[in-house]
Amino acid sequence: MSMTATVGHAHADPHHIGIVVEHPGPASKRIVTAYGFWVFLLSDIVMFSCFFAAYAVLVHQTADGPKGSEIFEQRNVAIETVCLLLSSFTCGMASIAADVRNRLWFYLGMAVTCVLGLIFLTIEFREFADLVSRGYGPSRSAFLTSFFSLVGCHGLHVSAGVLWLLTMMAQVFAKGFRADILRRMMCFALFWHALDIIWVAIFSVVYLLGSGV
Amino acid sequence: MSDQTHMPVGHDLAPGEEEQHSVGERVIGYVVGLVLALLLTATSFFIAGTDLVWQPSIPVALIVLAIAQMGVHLVFFLHITTGPDNTNNVLALAFGLLIVFLVVGGTVWIMGHLNQNMPPMDQFIQMHS
Repeated sequence: MSMTATVGHAHADPHHIGIVVEHPGPASKRIVTAYGFWVFLLSDIVMFSCFFAAYAVLVHQTADGPKGSEIFEQRNVAIETVCLLLSSFTCGMASIAADVRNRLWFYLGMAVTCVLGLIFLTIEFREFADLVSRGYGPSRSAFLTSFFSLVGCHGLHVSAGVLWLLTMMAQVFAKGFRADILRRMMCFALFWHALDIIWVAIFSVVYLLGSGV
Repeated sequence: MSDQTHMPVGHDLAPGEEEQHSVGERVIGYVVGLVLALLLTATSFFIAGTDLVWQPSIPVALIVLAIAQMGVHLVFFLHITTGPDNTNNVLALAFGLLIVFLVVGGTVWIMGHLNQNMPPMDQFIQMHS
């Protein structure tokens, strides 16, 4: 946000404490924690890139089974996308509320995020169950294997995110907005936004490109 | 990263009035990001199903729109361009992207050539008979 203000004394005074010292020492715990979690998220994205690579290689190996254009329903994918996008927004609202210690807006934002995440998971689970019941399970063809592993891996991440979200609500309820709780909340927000970025790649590459081919 | 400019070191307690003022700006940042992302998503879904544009351009357009939307998410939701240790975050992101492009690009490139040069035996027989 305030890039111009930080550039001037970014080296001598990285945290704007007003005292310019020769050796500012290690960064604050909040920055170290968030940076470490950011590196973890990037490694998670690298792992997803392997699933994407496998999908790109196997997308045409349908073994006389269904092609992507025959099984994808764009309406469901659009609803899922809007759900995740809005949940990213409400998660941002909840993290702002946590920063200003506003319990009401924090619980409200987190609850809406949770509901939207659950709607996403329900739609995805019903899509998977429908495919399996029609005989198009992951063992049908190499294409379906890579499809189920890629989209299912993202779904597992969202499930873990929902559990983490409920844990954060319980921790704020029990312990309040302590510094360590706020650090966890920041990591959770990073995690949830990163999941949305991966979903952007999934709906573009898998569903939209797949239904056109 | 996540608004470290608002949280100076050694300031773990309740924020002062400055942060109360900046809440509106932060909310507006998220609203702008949400609107941009929704616009890009709607464009993607529209482009994928339309006959109005030249068909071979659709995959390229979808990928460009996806990359643009990821950029919007990074800037407005993950705040990757802000914060005093911004440089570290961007460098880590750049390294992650390098690995992603090596894995995806390298796999598609090599496996594509393998498919071309070593087709399954029945296709191979068809080609040479």
